[in-house]
Amino acid sequence: MIALENKIEINLKNTEKILEKYPKNKRYTLAMLQDIQRNYEYIPKEAMYEVSKYIESPLNEVYSIATFYKALSLEPKGKFVIKVCNGTACHIRGSDKVLDEIKSSLDIQPGETTEDGLFSVEIVNCVGACALAPVMVINEKYYGNMTKDKVHKVLEKIRRDNNEQQ
Amino acid sequence: MSSNKKILVCCGTGCLANNSYQVYEKFKSLTKEKEITVKPLVKPTGCNGLCEKGPVVKILPDDISYFKVKVEDVEEIIEKTIIKGKIIDRLLYFDTNTKTKITDHRNATFYKNQHKIALRNIGEIDPSKIEDYIERDGYEALKKVLFNFKPEKVLDMVEESYLRGRGGAGFPTGIKWKTCASYDNFPKYVICNGDEGDPGAFMDRSIMEGDPNTVIEGMIICAYAVGSNQGYLYIRDEYELARKNMQIAIDSAREHGYLGKNILGSSLNFDLEIVRGGGAFVCGESSALMASIQGKVGEPRAKYIRSVEKGLWEQPTILNNVETWANIPPILLNGPNWFKKIGVKDNYGTKVFSLVGKVKNTGLVEVPMGSSLRNLVFEIGGGIINDKEFKAVQTGGPSGGCIPKEHLDVNLDFDSLDDIGSMMGSGGVIVMDENTCMVEVARYYMEFLSEESCGKCTTCREGIKLMLDILTNITEGKGTKEDLDLLIDICHTVEKGSLCGLGQTAPNPVKTTIEFFKDEYLEHIENHRCPAGVCKNLTSYHINQDECIGCGICAKKCPVDAISGEPKKAHKIDQNSCITCGECYENCPVDAIKIGGGIVES
Repeated sequence: MIALENKIEINLKNTEKILEKYPKNKRYTLAMLQDIQRNYEYIPKEAMYEVSKYIESPLNEVYSIATFYKALSLEPKGKFVIKVCNGTACHIRGSDKVLDEIKSSLDIQPGETTEDGLFSVEIVNCVGACALAPVMVINEKYYGNMTKDKVHKVLEKIRRDNNEQQ
Repeated sequence: MSSNKKILVCCGTGCLANNSYQVYEKFKSLTKEKEITVKPLVKPTGCNGLCEKGPVVKILPDDISYFKVKVEDVEEIIEKTIIKGKIIDRLLYFDTNTKTKITDHRNATFYKNQHKIALRNIGEIDPSKIEDYIERDGYEALKKVLFNFKPEKVLDMVEESYLRGRGGAGFPTGIKWKTCASYDNFPKYVICNGDEGDPGAFMDRSIMEGDPNTVIEGMIICAYAVGSNQGYLYIRDEYELARKNMQIAIDSAREHGYLGKNILGSSLNFDLEIVRGGGAFVCGESSALMASIQGKVGEPRAKYIRSVEKGLWEQPTILNNVETWANIPPILLNGPNWFKKIGVKDNYGTKVFSLVGKVKNTGLVEVPMGSSLRNLVFEIGGGIINDKEFKAVQTGGPSGGCIPKEHLDVNLDFDSLDDIGSMMGSGGVIVMDENTCMVEVARYYMEFLSEESCGKCTTCREGIKLMLDILTNITEGKGTKEDLDLLIDICHTVEKGSLCGLGQTAPNPVKTTIEFFKDEYLEHIENHRCPAGVCKNLTSYHINQDECIGCGICAKKCPVDAISGEPKKAHKIDQNSCITCGECYENCPVDAIKIGGGIVES
């Protein structure tokens, strides 16, 4: 895994803007952190300090929430987050093959990000599209009835489109 | 041509994955552009259930249903079906049971055996339009209740219907409500558990996406009955569309006077707020969910005092599952006796199942309680993919058990499933065939649960991990016969020593697979062979020399070039270079490739 942290300049202005939307109440810690996650694609340490100050809670409480919930990540993620569903329906219909193809074609393990910062891979438990198993989700778009070939094509297309945009 | 022509395009998550939104947009733009005497109304709807055949397009009032519709088909549908009234044969549903093409999907075996209560509006209405819901008797139950019944009468009716919680445990909803109503401690809270986490279940998602108003109406009725002014919908992090549609529904319900102060001019004040889950399975447990709403880590607590007495912020709280809420309005509108005519004794009404896995027709199915599992799998589900042999069905998610062939005639209701060591759970039905390894399935669930255990109770945290290690060993060929006794021992400990439902029911997959599939365990342990060909260390592939036709497909598919042979002559697999990926086995047109044991004797 590579640290992207030094490449990203943390703009705390965004954190302030997010926090302002919520009352100063511990109840909204998870919601605040989810908005922060969406903005930075992970939870920067600095932002956790801000949340702790804002709701007047010790940092360890914010940290325990940030590490308990799977939707939150303390590591920077890639531009495209691939979630490979390993719910039961996907599992018995061959989600391991989908994962194998992703691992070998991107040369990363689940939880890691490619060196160019383009892709991250995660294994998730059921995305609720079991009728289309095996399923993968890339940045909220669902891809159903995946095969090795299809995975390969989807990844190629994303890479191509991304290169064209730049 | 009729003047109320409608084109309903399914925009549930399954169909969306197959570009149904583009199909919807194309219909919208083309119906505008083209010269059509009577313009049809184009509407996006929630899930129709048969996700595998999506995108689904229904044309009303002609009752023509098209499946697997692509953007390129839209123009033809408008030209031929909408303008000329002709049916496009290619897009019709092919019923694998009757081997016929079907014009109106409701005549297909998949739909014919269903009885829709919770899913009654889904696929028929645009979930973002409250008017669509109102048109189909929406909010009629609320009006009836608010102006004709006292809260006590509502409680009596729900109790009388004997509706049981659809989230898994099957606790009678009426008793829950009555207990909560009996406490003179305000404020009280009403919660919808939309943290659907059981892998293989997606009915709650479908209801929240496709008919959000029915959940809202159910919750308002409960608020009136128990005396609450504030409700929360805890919706799973992954369910973006469900949250979006639910928020639209809450906002429009407020505009229409169904939520807020003095609802419909009555003295009832009630409002709803969505809380987004954080992606933790354990938060589907009621006390963990409440902790999560309060902004804490989602850990369950011991329930010496039930949450109907002290729940959210230590106040009396009603928590019901999405599907339960969806049943409330029809029960109050039609009366408990109507409800009790459906289903079997003590298990009235219907249940939504998500029929998935190795079955031909996968999707959401709502049937009367007490329907047989065989009917579900072989009639509605159309049987096993590629007509392979049925092995088991897993119900109830990670807390449930595996049901073998011998029990195929079990009735699908809370009590009958409990009797055979499984459980209803939220209604996921995962069909497994001869190529599913039951030991590996048990291992899979232990892996899932070991990750999702919150870690509070030692037995759950350590016990599940230990079972996972033992099962992993067995799947790798390192198991011993004593392991089975040890597993059963740990099962008892985890069951007895854990606080919440997650730990107490975690051993179910292990217990039921050992009970019903002991031979398969022994085959792994004693003969180092995985009969299903799933456990890589315990599998090898061999080509039957008499059956092979020498087509060469396997050799082409093999990623490591381990297969050789001359055209039209029997091929061979070099066991030293084979990585047992199974590509050859899956692609052989004559099933000449056989699964052998793990240790290769040469």
